[in-house]
Amino acid sequence: MGFPHPSHPGETVVLSQYFGDPGARTYDGWVKRGGYEALRKALGMDRNAIIEEVKASGLRGRGGAGFPTGMKWSFMPKDDGKPHFLVCNADESEPGTFKDREIMRWTPHALIEGCAIGAYAIQSERCYIYIRGEFTEPWAVMTKAVEEAYANGVVGENACGSGKRIDITLHRGAGAYICGEETAMLNSLEGKRGNPRVKPPFPAQAGAFSLPTTVNNVETLAAVPHILNRGAAWYKGLCLGNPKSTGTKLISVCGHVERPGNYEITMGTPMRDLIYDMCGGIPNGRKLKAVIPGGSSVPILTAEEAENCITDYEGVVAAGSMLGSGGMIVMDDTTDMVYQIWRLARFYAHESCAQCTQCREGTGWTTRILGRILAGEGKESDYELLLDLSKNMTGTTICVLSDSCAVPIVSGIQKFRSEFEAYIRREREPALALGPA
Amino acid sequence: MSQEMVTVTIDGIAVSVPKGTTVIEAAKQAGILVPHYCYHPGLPTSTSPAVCRMCLVEVEKAPKLMPACVTTVADGQVVHTQSDQALEQRKGVLEFLLINHPLDCPICDQSGECELQDYTFREGRAATRYTPDFAKRYNPVEDFGPDIIYVPNRCILCIRCVRFMSDVAQEATLNVSERGDRAFIGVAEGERLDHPWSGNVVDLCPVGSLLSKDFLHKARVWDMDKTGSICPGCTQGCNITIDMRDDAVVRLKPRPNMDVNRHFMCDHGRLDYRWMNRGDRVEAPLVRNGAGSTAAADWDQALDAAGALLQGAGGRAVILASGRASVESLGLVRKLVGNFDVTAAVKVPLGDEAPLAGVPDLALRRERVPNLDGARLLGYSAEWDTAVEAARTAAVVVVLDAELSEGEASAVATSSGKVIAFSTLIAGWQEHAAVVLPVTTMVEESGVYINRDQRAQRFQQAKAPPAMARPAWWAAGEILSGQGPDADAPASAAEAFAMVARDVASLDGLTHDALGWSGRALTNGAGVHA
Amino acid sequence: MSVAVHGEEAYEPVFTGETLAALERKYAEYPTRQALLLPALWMVQEKRGWISEKAIGEVAQVLGLTPALVKGVVTFYTMYHTHPVGKYFIQVCTTSPCGLCGAEETLKALLLHSGCGELGATSPDGRFTVVEVECLGACGFATPVMVNEEFIESVTADSVPALLERYR
Repeated sequence: MGFPHPSHPGETVVLSQYFGDPGARTYDGWVKRGGYEALRKALGMDRNAIIEEVKASGLRGRGGAGFPTGMKWSFMPKDDGKPHFLVCNADESEPGTFKDREIMRWTPHALIEGCAIGAYAIQSERCYIYIRGEFTEPWAVMTKAVEEAYANGVVGENACGSGKRIDITLHRGAGAYICGEETAMLNSLEGKRGNPRVKPPFPAQAGAFSLPTTVNNVETLAAVPHILNRGAAWYKGLCLGNPKSTGTKLISVCGHVERPGNYEITMGTPMRDLIYDMCGGIPNGRKLKAVIPGGSSVPILTAEEAENCITDYEGVVAAGSMLGSGGMIVMDDTTDMVYQIWRLARFYAHESCAQCTQCREGTGWTTRILGRILAGEGKESDYELLLDLSKNMTGTTICVLSDSCAVPIVSGIQKFRSEFEAYIRREREPALALGPA
Repeated sequence: MSQEMVTVTIDGIAVSVPKGTTVIEAAKQAGILVPHYCYHPGLPTSTSPAVCRMCLVEVEKAPKLMPACVTTVADGQVVHTQSDQALEQRKGVLEFLLINHPLDCPICDQSGECELQDYTFREGRAATRYTPDFAKRYNPVEDFGPDIIYVPNRCILCIRCVRFMSDVAQEATLNVSERGDRAFIGVAEGERLDHPWSGNVVDLCPVGSLLSKDFLHKARVWDMDKTGSICPGCTQGCNITIDMRDDAVVRLKPRPNMDVNRHFMCDHGRLDYRWMNRGDRVEAPLVRNGAGSTAAADWDQALDAAGALLQGAGGRAVILASGRASVESLGLVRKLVGNFDVTAAVKVPLGDEAPLAGVPDLALRRERVPNLDGARLLGYSAEWDTAVEAARTAAVVVVLDAELSEGEASAVATSSGKVIAFSTLIAGWQEHAAVVLPVTTMVEESGVYINRDQRAQRFQQAKAPPAMARPAWWAAGEILSGQGPDADAPASAAEAFAMVARDVASLDGLTHDALGWSGRALTNGAGVHA
Repeated sequence: MSVAVHGEEAYEPVFTGETLAALERKYAEYPTRQALLLPALWMVQEKRGWISEKAIGEVAQVLGLTPALVKGVVTFYTMYHTHPVGKYFIQVCTTSPCGLCGAEETLKALLLHSGCGELGATSPDGRFTVVEVECLGACGFATPVMVNEEFIESVTADSVPALLERYR
């Protein structure tokens, strides 16, 4: 449902059915709503059968990369005698994205259930749920739910009476965007600086504590119980566009729309319907100028590109961007694109972990150049400089934070060059004072 | 043990290397240096962080540039380190590294041996696109430890220093603090970088960010002469270079030897060099005349006097030797008293052992002399006090550059026997010696030391001897040649070594040439202790 | 830089009694002691409001780590305070999505009405410290503001005075 707004008929409400319903937060309330049936079923199943079911559903990672979940699980070594870990990525911090927060706030047991199924499927006896430090309310709700889950025996040393051990530990982050990158998260979990790791080795070989590990997003895991309950075919059937994109997807819509919120759509829903119909369009009679469709790290779409975009993994790529985490930032025609791009670059400069040279220095430098342009001190040579630095920052570092900083700069200059020109030619009043960036 | 080999082509040169080798190491086999900062073979390479991004190279069929330090070779792989793409990328990294760098090479000690300077000169941009539009980041110099300062403005955050302390010294006193371009190398409040091996972070630092206080502003790199040597600080025998400016030793640096010290040396050895520059030296031979006073003489007179004293004599001879004396000198001096009953000992100052935790069998050793095992092999013991006692009543006492305490000096001075001194430094007791021969320190001569693992290693003359000083082996050889018809005096340290080696089973057949510059383990080493 | 702080001279350990016991109980959930670092730092901050150098030393000792390592971790995460802050620590999200919806006006209002005046400064009465924070993950509820552990959605410049009243 379009939380915090009433559900829209265009949505397919699965994960968000109980958003806003405090009754769903408790163990009893969750069980009353059909909760933990999937877990009981799963614990009676062969692990491989679960993985096959998830594979067949077409479920892909909802954190941003869109990697097929069943396949990721199948990469875990089988019966190798080592402890395995499932780490649930609840470090939701991609600007524009706020869906996992609602899943945890309203349906904490849905996540616990998904985690327990996932842990069982990959032969893990412990699942860590890494929740970003700022999420105090989700943390409190999840803490209570985990206590209840233990008290009712659905998890613990004899999960649901199956004789199988599944422990769940909540782990609190402490303020670092980069910990949403899975290997940075693993370092953070281990009590280190949240520096992304060089891959290989991949987490399935050496993840948390150097042991085989799978990292899954909150929304991904929360979808798993539904797949087991209703079957892979049902999930796969939720598809309006490319058959490789199945199921429902929570799209967090924010910025200049009448009703910002989380909309659960069937994969393949036209973005036009999402923005104009479900979200009520652009407020105050203004026009759409641009959309960042998948969290701040993906290329900016123009209004025209967005209006013709199909909202699924392939559709957004075809439109020239990426679905990413499904955080959609909508901008109307009053938006100063240069300012917004500067603000994003500043975000990445603040969050760079400091490991790779290009990222550490490049995010700061590009931010300063954009600031200079906004201060009315831009130069004609700044386009070339920004594009050249962006090129050096793309595909050259351990993780993609550096690329993410370059992406809006490049697409911004390509698609909204006239706005840069207005500043550089002193046709527009400076938006910033020139100072230390 | 046969290893699976793979063949890769790097810049058109095919090399076969063991499977699992990294591209950067395979390139070395092909004679190609892939520019890099964070990678260092002395740090655990399996966890090379690949953060500087300098070593990205083009690997055919790979979708993007690959870090050569962590990418392992695959059979048939084709690598280009000099392609346009690789060069452009390195140029980009260098530009990013320099935007906040102060470019203060004229006052930086690292200048001339700076990897940032070298690669920028070779591959970087001629001019920056950063200044004067933007101010550079500035942080004040930090005092890290007894001998180390940190200049954050020059730091490129390669984190070699952090990794050395955490992974090799295994005492994580350094960290990366803060994030993004605000990051710097930090220490905790009240903590000091005073680990006995911490000086290595200065060597590891590829730029002028971590500097030795001892060496600060002492010399420009291009004004120094470097000589391969062996650290005389303990029985470990770390390979070093001696760096000289004009005629003074200004610093010691480790010289890589994978079998002894890898890439490292301890701070004790590193900083114990001032004695090499002492001026209070015996500069001319001294001979005691009939009237009982000593006077300067020329070498011939002194050698004749010493020869005469030993010729045909007998009884007990005591040799009090320095643990810094070379195999050559110890061996030939020992031969001098071949007709006597000999008590020979080396003086071995002791200290605390300080291991480098991350490297097996590497430590600052308790025995603070470089050639204890060489001495043992040649019939010297470490029973120093016994030897000093014996000196009181011996017929002949030979002091081979041992530094004598007051009590020891008095035992020698009041000895009933004749005293022959091979000395570097002037000392009061020498006026009681029959002959004083001015000899060179280990810095002023070439020779061989044998370390605690029975490894024979050469050191090379770095410094000119003062005035008339000559190596002790030379003086001993000359005296010996005056005593017998078949004894040719050795003309070089190599000849002296050959003479000594002839008589010692475990050295037999060894030559300076055979030892090369990284030394050799003695084959039947352990069993030959005297 | 050392800041003279009242009470820091005679440092009282955090990890004693029940706090230490709680930390040790958590140890059962992790394969290494270092994994307790973030939880331990949270416990310090909860008790003391910030994480001093001496607290860093204590955490290091309790977990068998070096103070430098702990400090490197503390300074990586923006939520750990390395110096004392106001009684109410206010974080305002100004990242792009909120920026589009008036976050900067909200921030200005907070700086004005709290008496802090500028970012990072503590108000003269010691009550408030206001900082900008990057994306709080509630972009649909612009502008989200955190006051200590309390998360408040949809704060506007107009609603700031009433919000602050709650903490006076």
